[in-house]
Amino acid sequence: MTRAVLTGNQAAGRALVAAGEANRDARGCCGGCYPITPQTEIIEHVMGAGFSKGSFVAVESEHSAMAVCIGASFAGARSFTASSSNGLLYMTENVFAAGLERLPIVMVVANRTVGPPWNIWADHGDSLALRDAPWLQLYCDSHQDLVDTILLAFRVAEDPRVLLPVMVTQDGFLLSHTSMVVDLPPQELVDAYLPPLDLALRARTDHPRTYGQLMGPRETQRHRQEIQAAMERVPEVLDEAGAEFARVFGRRPRGAFEAEYTADADTVLIAAGTTVSTVRRVVEARRSAGEKIGFVQLKLFRPFLRDDLVRAIGGARRVAVLDRDHSPGSGGIMWTEIATSLRERPEVLLQDYIVGLGGGEVDPPLIELVLDDFAGRERAEAPVFFPREVATP
Amino acid sequence: MTTLLPEPGTRTRPRLLRPDSTNCPGCGMSLGLQWLDEALGATTPTLVIPACCAAVTPGTFPASAYGVPAVETTFASSAAVASGIARVRELNGESDPTLCWAGDGGTYDIGMATLSAAAERNEDVLYICYDNEIYGNTGGQRSGATPTGARTSTTPRGKPEAKKDIVAIMAAHRIPYAATLSLAHRDDFLRKVKLALSLRGFRFLLMLSPCPAAWKSEPSESVELVRLAVASGIFPLYEVFDGRRFRINARPDDTSLDAYLDRQRRFASIALAADDLRAQIKREWTHLDELARAFPAAPPTG
Repeated sequence: MTRAVLTGNQAAGRALVAAGEANRDARGCCGGCYPITPQTEIIEHVMGAGFSKGSFVAVESEHSAMAVCIGASFAGARSFTASSSNGLLYMTENVFAAGLERLPIVMVVANRTVGPPWNIWADHGDSLALRDAPWLQLYCDSHQDLVDTILLAFRVAEDPRVLLPVMVTQDGFLLSHTSMVVDLPPQELVDAYLPPLDLALRARTDHPRTYGQLMGPRETQRHRQEIQAAMERVPEVLDEAGAEFARVFGRRPRGAFEAEYTADADTVLIAAGTTVSTVRRVVEARRSAGEKIGFVQLKLFRPFLRDDLVRAIGGARRVAVLDRDHSPGSGGIMWTEIATSLRERPEVLLQDYIVGLGGGEVDPPLIELVLDDFAGRERAEAPVFFPREVATP
Repeated sequence: MTTLLPEPGTRTRPRLLRPDSTNCPGCGMSLGLQWLDEALGATTPTLVIPACCAAVTPGTFPASAYGVPAVETTFASSAAVASGIARVRELNGESDPTLCWAGDGGTYDIGMATLSAAAERNEDVLYICYDNEIYGNTGGQRSGATPTGARTSTTPRGKPEAKKDIVAIMAAHRIPYAATLSLAHRDDFLRKVKLALSLRGFRFLLMLSPCPAAWKSEPSESVELVRLAVASGIFPLYEVFDGRRFRINARPDDTSLDAYLDRQRRFASIALAADDLRAQIKREWTHLDELARAFPAAPPTG
């Protein structure tokens, strides 16, 4: 392993390039690149990489960046790109198209709130807005988690049982622009982990097929059911890809839900992204003081594994969700999924806290405030914006 | 007319457009695809088709009237998807052409930025716009390609603005080749497509493609309408090399405009004066003639 001090963007760029290079003995790698804060350094790194067999295109928009990835993937190459915020929304039509066409593209998202009004800081509203696209979504909590998840993403996306694109997210600035020590696997190990890509249904001149033509309602329903079935195969493929990851790289990647201190916990916090590491610190302090408290990292958001989530919270009867997102008129997006998962556990008091929008500080004092508020609650209420002094009109 | 189908035994791949396409009678695209097929010879292109009538042409899954690989894309994306395909083909030493086949909506309007960027990068893509001067799939709304005076469902009193000069825009990217194609000039059509196929980099061809449903014309008169469009000067037949050298392929006769307009009810009962259109055509031709005189291309060979 190469240990290096890297920002999230540097680490993501290196992981993507290693994955692309690993396909040099097959049809190579190709994709479209377009800048947007805070992911720009990723695509700069990709454009500057000297691939043995790769070609990346600096295009005029995110919409075209994904379109180039779609063309590249149709032609059988390994394809990837990165985006954020409004760029991701501008790309949306082709994000859906890539999933509907079953193309195993990997995209790193540096999460940033959507504007205008303009704000370049983190929340998960951008990628979560695309939750209904046929993509897997994985939210990373640290630099190492990001590198590992990107490599894992290619393995899962390209598995013939899945064949769906994967979005790997990191919190903008909080991960993308901060530095940590990261283990970067050498190329030969990445080569061993990511076999040459052979897309059986790629566009070939010796076997003409028409892709994306008109379909009637019956075929359309069947197509969606096939995507649903592929999503339902993700857990087994993810488990296998994780086991193989451990065999090749010597460490276990983080799974769909990572539960810590939940075995005997009465109270469980659920969070995604960098909030997880802050929550860990608060939970560990309270544990030392004798509180029965644990937390769950929500890593895999699509597909959403409801039964796994229920298992992850264990016997806890009080669950608080820290949503770094907001669906106007509804509440926290992750909370909605969790509430659905807990429909057969009516005894659980589930409260949603909306925190850290547009880069708002989610620090230990804020988590403490949330926990103090939660402790005083006898029943759940509508989602609460925190901190209160900002939220009160 | 010469037969549209190649001699038996001369082909090594399936026909580009097989029978049972969904194209309307008299659709210029049907003839254009057959001539394109002929110009390609034994070469198998990968078609990249944005949302447009040609996306409907193959019919409904699982059958397809396209006998070559065809990738259908979102409306504004064909030139970018084609860029990805062409790059990967090149990485793998494959010389088969990547060919966009796109309507005017996806070219003049919603796909303009994508198209311009692919041309600016000089991607190895042959882009052919079949221009029916209308949003056909959606039932006939105006586009940037709709000519002055034409009635559409969104210009019920006739379009006040002029047709966008897309060839000038593409030539301004200094791409190796830009030209117009006429379905009434078969030899010229085949020569230009073959020339375009022999070049590398971004090549742009504009084919006037009659749409009887929107032009409100007789399907049997489609080829005649193109002949009249060229003869009247409203659709100039010319080539631009490297965006700098010009060659005019046919001269207008100053007598055919009335016949062209009279045979299409899209031009009927409107405030358009043929003389106004005549003046517009004359201005465009004066400009084109001056360019061709000042910056002439060598005469065609072969």
